[in-house]
Amino acid sequence: MIKSSFFSLTKPGLAYPALKLDREDVVEIPLPAKAQLFLKGSSAGSNGRGIRVGDKVKTGQRLMVSGDSDEYLISPVTGSISSISPLTGYLGQTLTVVAFDVEKTDVWDDEFGASKAMSPSQRVRGFLSSLPGQEGFSSLLEFLPLEALVIYGIDKDFLVSTGRCVVQTRLEEIKQGIEVLKKLFGQCRMVLLVPSGLGLQAERTGVEVRALSPAYPELLPKAIMNRVFGKAVPAGSRCEEMGVGFLSAEAVAGLGSAFQSGRIPVHKTLTVIKKDGSSVNVRARIGTPVQEILDALHIETGTGDGLIFGGPMTGRSVYSGQTPVLADTDAVMIQDARDEPLFSDTHCVNCGECVRVCPASMPVNMLIRVLENKMYEEAVQAYDLLSCIECGLCSFVCIAQIPIFHYIMLGKYEYERMIKAEGSNA
Amino acid sequence: MLNEKLYVGAHAPFWHNGNTIRAKSYNILVAALPAVLMGIYLYGLPALRVLALAVAGAMFWEWLINQAMRRPSTIGDGNAAVIGLLLGMLLPATMPWYAVVVTTFVAMVVGKLIYGGVGCNPLNPTLVGLAILMLSWKSLVDFDTALARYDMDFYMLYPLGAVKAFGAGVVERYSMSDLLWGRQAGGIGSTFGLGLLVGGCYLMVRGFIRWEISVSFLVGLFLAALIFHLADPGKYAGPVFHLLTGYSLIGAFFLATEDSSSPVNFTPMILYGLGGGVLTVLIRNIGAFPDGVVFAVLMMNVANPLLDKIRPKAMGRRE
Repeated sequence: MIKSSFFSLTKPGLAYPALKLDREDVVEIPLPAKAQLFLKGSSAGSNGRGIRVGDKVKTGQRLMVSGDSDEYLISPVTGSISSISPLTGYLGQTLTVVAFDVEKTDVWDDEFGASKAMSPSQRVRGFLSSLPGQEGFSSLLEFLPLEALVIYGIDKDFLVSTGRCVVQTRLEEIKQGIEVLKKLFGQCRMVLLVPSGLGLQAERTGVEVRALSPAYPELLPKAIMNRVFGKAVPAGSRCEEMGVGFLSAEAVAGLGSAFQSGRIPVHKTLTVIKKDGSSVNVRARIGTPVQEILDALHIETGTGDGLIFGGPMTGRSVYSGQTPVLADTDAVMIQDARDEPLFSDTHCVNCGECVRVCPASMPVNMLIRVLENKMYEEAVQAYDLLSCIECGLCSFVCIAQIPIFHYIMLGKYEYERMIKAEGSNA
Repeated sequence: MLNEKLYVGAHAPFWHNGNTIRAKSYNILVAALPAVLMGIYLYGLPALRVLALAVAGAMFWEWLINQAMRRPSTIGDGNAAVIGLLLGMLLPATMPWYAVVVTTFVAMVVGKLIYGGVGCNPLNPTLVGLAILMLSWKSLVDFDTALARYDMDFYMLYPLGAVKAFGAGVVERYSMSDLLWGRQAGGIGSTFGLGLLVGGCYLMVRGFIRWEISVSFLVGLFLAALIFHLADPGKYAGPVFHLLTGYSLIGAFFLATEDSSSPVNFTPMILYGLGGGVLTVLIRNIGAFPDGVVFAVLMMNVANPLLDKIRPKAMGRRE
């Protein structure tokens, strides 16, 4: 954990721990006996025409979720579907869990490989709705024409090194992926972000490279919009609406290898952050339960420990070791029970640390007062709730240990619900 | 699924920088120590008695109200001790026990707890207590009367009172180094200028108080005093004299910087500090009271919510 420095005359700053730039091995995680996928929505298997329990599947096979929509999922394994069940996710999201019994030998499906006659954008829409490193990859095509594409070869959160690892190990595939991107998005500006030190290496991809020395939270998309493009994203808008798309280097590499080999990528690179803060990069089949990864790395966990998908500032905790690695799982962090921060119900003491640390210049001290009292409309109108870029620094520095970031996310969710309810009543 | 090991759920971020209200309070107590120790050295056991009673009283009232309201006890966060100690530092060493107890009651209960405890008070609780005391038992906080029985080897007339009564000529009776070393009549912990400066700098450098407020308070006080002095050197004392006497330094570093009653944005902090400094000199030079810090800071506390509306435009804010 990073403690505040002894001297803090100026605004509290946060430096990343030194990045290891030497190439280390990526640990291969064995194929699990069972795998799971999470699907958004509850339509899976709802009528007879979609996936059903007992269906035999091949690796890379496209499975239609239901008869009603074009929604599909790509089976990451060979075997059969063992169950389909509902689940509630973060902020009340409705999910469907599709579980697979996995056979030891992969049999590859060749529907994607045989689709070479189709145009690149048809192939992407038809097969690559999500790529390892990018959930909802094909949805970027809805925002055409894009002014620029930003490719993350750098990691947003502390201790995560997935993006950097991909740039170091899969540069050739990134290069191929960029060629495909050019066909998909036409002539738009492409910027590859890498940690300083990898700039020369990354320039071999032939696109504009920005070597950045990482400092939290300047790598979050909305901060990049400010830093690289000089644009402020209006509160409540998405970067894509401003003409800038964000991609992970891993998704670009996956795109390249898919078009090169004719096989849809089903492996995810991720960083496993251990209790002592050391980390190791692993490569696992999508759908692998995270417990299998911990077992393969001989990581012991005890009562009260935390398991976090993502980095320490922006990750989400999960309660079960059976939670699968998904397309957007860039890191898994194991936190010792003793290192978990305590939160309290003390009032805001108005010390102003959050106001000074906020990268979006929000009046956090006032915002938390209205959020605590569930005044969500006022929070949006008077105190800029929607300007939040979701970095979590306010909670990190709060001396009253108020879970401010949690309040903000709840506030955004409740506000959206209110707007939706108003819309349906109008 | 039933026997599966479960992990602890929480919301991001999963790190905290480790700063707490408790650490902040204890650091303020430590920063106040040089001035407190000098006060005890100068005035002896009576000073220690007042300080101990003020701290104990403040903590007792907080504990009692916590009990009465069936709330968890909050004296552990150190805020009550800070309020008590600062109050003790502002009082003369001869303050009778009942006045100390009543003042701590007003400071803690009327100044802080009825609003909901730490962070909810609109005014500085220490100053609320002292202001009520100054209005109710005026003679008890008159330093010349209170310290009449002390005869020390320096000029024992309360500097600000002397200037008010006899004009700026009396300033010659005080040497600047005496004022800096605490050799002047005044509150137990508010006379040792050097100690307060050291403590204040410690708090600013560690980030426990906001330097913008302290510095602009001192600048405001200096400039206002300078203007008065230039206008009528015979009647109004110079700016350095004003900086080193009365509650100027303790006000700049320990009173005006109280978190919940002071602004947090840059421009408001500067305006708040300047306003406090200027008001202090106005009250001292043309008001009824010898020292103006107490009412100046309270006035600025009242203006705080309005001042803090001046803030930077949030990123992407739609007009």
